[in-house]
Amino acid sequence: MMRRHDPSIGGDLERLEETWADPNGWYGWFMHVDHKSIGRRYLLTAFGFFLLGGVLAALMRVQLSRPDNTFLGPDLYNEIFSTHGTTMMFLFAVPVMQGLGIYFVPLMVGARSIAFPRLVAFSYWMLLFGGIFLYVSFLLNAGPDVGWFSYPPLAESLYTPSKRADVWAQLITFTEVGSLAVAVSLITTALKLRAPGMTLNRIPIFVWAQVVTSFMVLFAMPAVMLASTSLILDRLVGTHFFDVEHAGDALLWQHLFWFFGHPEVYIIFIPGTGLVSTIVATFSQRRMFGYLPVVLSLVSTAFMGFGLWVHHMFATGLPQLGESFFTAASIIIAIPTGTQIFCWIATMWSGRIVVRTPMLWILGFFAIFIAGGLTGVMLAAVPLNTQVHDTFFVVAHFHYVLIGGAVFPLFAAFYYWFPKITGRLLSERLGTWVFGLLFAGFNLTFFPMHILGLHGMPRRVYTYPAAMGWGSLNLLASIGAALMACAIVMFLVDAIRAYVAGAAAAHNPWNAGTLEWATSSPPPNSNFPSPPTVAGREPLWENPPGQAVVVGLRADARDVLVTHVLDAEPDHRLLFPEPSIWPFLTGIATTVLFIWSIFTPWGVVYGAVPVFVMLVGWFWPKSAHEGGTQLWPFAHRMLPRPNETPAAGGAI
Amino acid sequence: MSALDVNQSVLSPAGIQASAIHSLWSLMLWVCAAVFMAVLAVLFVALRRGTRNRSHDDFEPASEAALSRSVGAAVGVTVVVLIGLLTASVWTGRTIGSLHAASAVTIAITGHQWWWEIQYEDAVPGRRVVTANELHIPTNRPVVVKVTSRDVIHSFWVPNLQGKRDLIPGYTTALWLQADRPGVFRGQCAEFCGMQHAHMALDVIAESQQQFEAWLEAMRQPARDPSDSTLRRGHDVFMHARCAGCHTVRGTEAAGQIAPDLTHIATRHTLGAGTLSNTAEHLAAWIQDAQRLKPGNQMPPNPLTEEDLLALVVYLETLR
Repeated sequence: MMRRHDPSIGGDLERLEETWADPNGWYGWFMHVDHKSIGRRYLLTAFGFFLLGGVLAALMRVQLSRPDNTFLGPDLYNEIFSTHGTTMMFLFAVPVMQGLGIYFVPLMVGARSIAFPRLVAFSYWMLLFGGIFLYVSFLLNAGPDVGWFSYPPLAESLYTPSKRADVWAQLITFTEVGSLAVAVSLITTALKLRAPGMTLNRIPIFVWAQVVTSFMVLFAMPAVMLASTSLILDRLVGTHFFDVEHAGDALLWQHLFWFFGHPEVYIIFIPGTGLVSTIVATFSQRRMFGYLPVVLSLVSTAFMGFGLWVHHMFATGLPQLGESFFTAASIIIAIPTGTQIFCWIATMWSGRIVVRTPMLWILGFFAIFIAGGLTGVMLAAVPLNTQVHDTFFVVAHFHYVLIGGAVFPLFAAFYYWFPKITGRLLSERLGTWVFGLLFAGFNLTFFPMHILGLHGMPRRVYTYPAAMGWGSLNLLASIGAALMACAIVMFLVDAIRAYVAGAAAAHNPWNAGTLEWATSSPPPNSNFPSPPTVAGREPLWENPPGQAVVVGLRADARDVLVTHVLDAEPDHRLLFPEPSIWPFLTGIATTVLFIWSIFTPWGVVYGAVPVFVMLVGWFWPKSAHEGGTQLWPFAHRMLPRPNETPAAGGAI
Repeated sequence: MSALDVNQSVLSPAGIQASAIHSLWSLMLWVCAAVFMAVLAVLFVALRRGTRNRSHDDFEPASEAALSRSVGAAVGVTVVVLIGLLTASVWTGRTIGSLHAASAVTIAITGHQWWWEIQYEDAVPGRRVVTANELHIPTNRPVVVKVTSRDVIHSFWVPNLQGKRDLIPGYTTALWLQADRPGVFRGQCAEFCGMQHAHMALDVIAESQQQFEAWLEAMRQPARDPSDSTLRRGHDVFMHARCAGCHTVRGTEAAGQIAPDLTHIATRHTLGAGTLSNTAEHLAAWIQDAQRLKPGNQMPPNPLTEEDLLALVVYLETLR
């Protein structure tokens, strides 16, 4: 256990808190740069979009609950399923995982701030404005209606003359700008702001998962931005990238889109596995078994994730040899995932398990995700894929993978980290009910869809004739959806109740081993009054008594210790930026540019002027005393090297 | 699923391609079910052990080496199982891919929003047959379907016979299939293609070689001239209202290329690509206002007088 030192800056604690505080008041609200504040906003906003996407899903389930239903017409149904998919992928799944990263990566590596805090604040505004833009368009009857994949030629202006496809394409631009910026910040935080002693092989697995995911974002998102920009150009200025009549190519889109689209699945799922590793270790009360294989599995999944996009295109009629390659890649990617599953089981096998609500969700994750992974192996087989592709079997499969692999771990994380974020505990009893209802409702909703798909029900149909015999299973699925809705409502009630009047949480209510639990719940503005150093993978379990803390950082300025990439040796001190209104103003200007460009290409030209002005304000040079880098005194290094026995006491 | 009235299922294959895929499905299902049960069983035991460890103070943790061996073995088994499934998949793919024959019937299918144009190829241009939304094939004889699209991407899928194949504008690809028994097999567009994606179905009618030949010969015949005054009136309505601008009736001056060929409309089982059964009432309703029945399709409403409509329907009913 880490002993809390009384650092030399003790008397400056108040000063330190003041230094790291975000401004108050309504104007100050737009200036926040604290990663905890931005992280909370990310989580709440993404969860809000999850609820909106869920309402759309419920409407679809009402429509499909019986044959020849006229609750929704074809036009509205198509708009709803497209907006549902777009919301869940771009406004919920990716941002919510990044939100967890923004909040917890700095805490887990023992840093006082995320790297590039203003950039992170800017990306939050991109997410928020993009999402508002999508839903305002939806309410104005201009929501996307060509699917979350927007295949041309259907998405070309000849077949979709309205602005709906442009809205989709620009929403992509919004969210991609945001997620790229966050990815850069998370990578930098994890590589350069780690607590002294946190060598590469001591980085918490969740942080590894965030780093790997962020690298995937860097390589995958440009492909879809390229694609969506080409689509907008086709629609706006008459280029012919995807226009068959003018020697464009409809399949080009699919290659570009799925080169992003398949990694996207892992961008959502890899942070989920990071959550599972974290929570399994905590509730087994032992360090994760197989740290190295698990981290290598994450990395290899990320690499392989880029090599199997074609399995979304098996029905297009590609040459058989090429298809076999992608089948092999799609099947082989099950190996690293399997390795992780076995390591989790081994951790539990040899641990001392406490089953609390977070662990329940993890158990649910196992059941659902493994089923989804196995149908994924089936889908990798070309012959079988040509039968069930674009049917409800696939709908079932990816909801098993994404809800099982990401949403269940996410709920586990809500229950796990809620005490840290709010300082209050959620109800164990209600939590058990929420889990039970959601688990039952989920399986009732999505399991029948496997059977529907095998019995010939294609995806994205707004209705079906009674003679097809699909009515009863669809009704069952709709009942399941109602159960899921009940579970979500109960969860909301419990969360609000706990936030207002929940039992106070201790600093470390689960007796976990990672650094976010070394500080108070909720953490102070500076995260750690005395930034920690670490002597093991689970510092709170493995640090010897009297482990050193970092001293010598200024309390009257946003002084941050930057460390080396590999061994986290102190490198230099850096003054971090103050709260600022510029990220918000730049966000507004960027929003104007993106929305303007839907109507005229000149929007890009004239809209760039305000963006430029805002960026000038943002990057206006500071006077010499306001910033700068200061060398860290190396001579005072007293940290144990990774293979040394940690020495007790001492300071750096 | 109880009482399926319609044949549209992966699970009751009626052709060699679909049967081969069905065998692969069975293999996958059993292997994956076994893996699922095995992993969950081990998870359950681990959970019980882990919880018991908690309540025993004298708990001896399993040695890391033993855990490593178990995990390594499990990964090894995973690799072997996956390679087995990969082999089965590639083998099935090769089997399906090798079912070619020179004696095949060649059919070209072109996707439209939201109907299927079907053309039976023949070396003699005059013997080519064009129809829509209904595919007749002989049993026990390979059929090669060449697919493409005129507008957006569609997907041709008749699950009882074969996996799906996308209809992509600018590309023509070939798909082989074969029916082993007579029957009516329903298919449906499987790639989202716009507003009426849900109403883009087709029937595949597998029949004996003789029946097929007879049907094809009948399809080659042009429409007969109207034989009485009602039919004459219906014929004139067709030619002078807007019908002939989009539809073709061979043997008449109607030669529109935008919409389905109606030379033998009365022989087909459905209207609007599976939207309605082909009865006189449905036909009249469709002509009057197809937008009400299949919103968004390209056929405009036709405000005809009752007599004109009746005559037109009677005329269309003779196009056999």
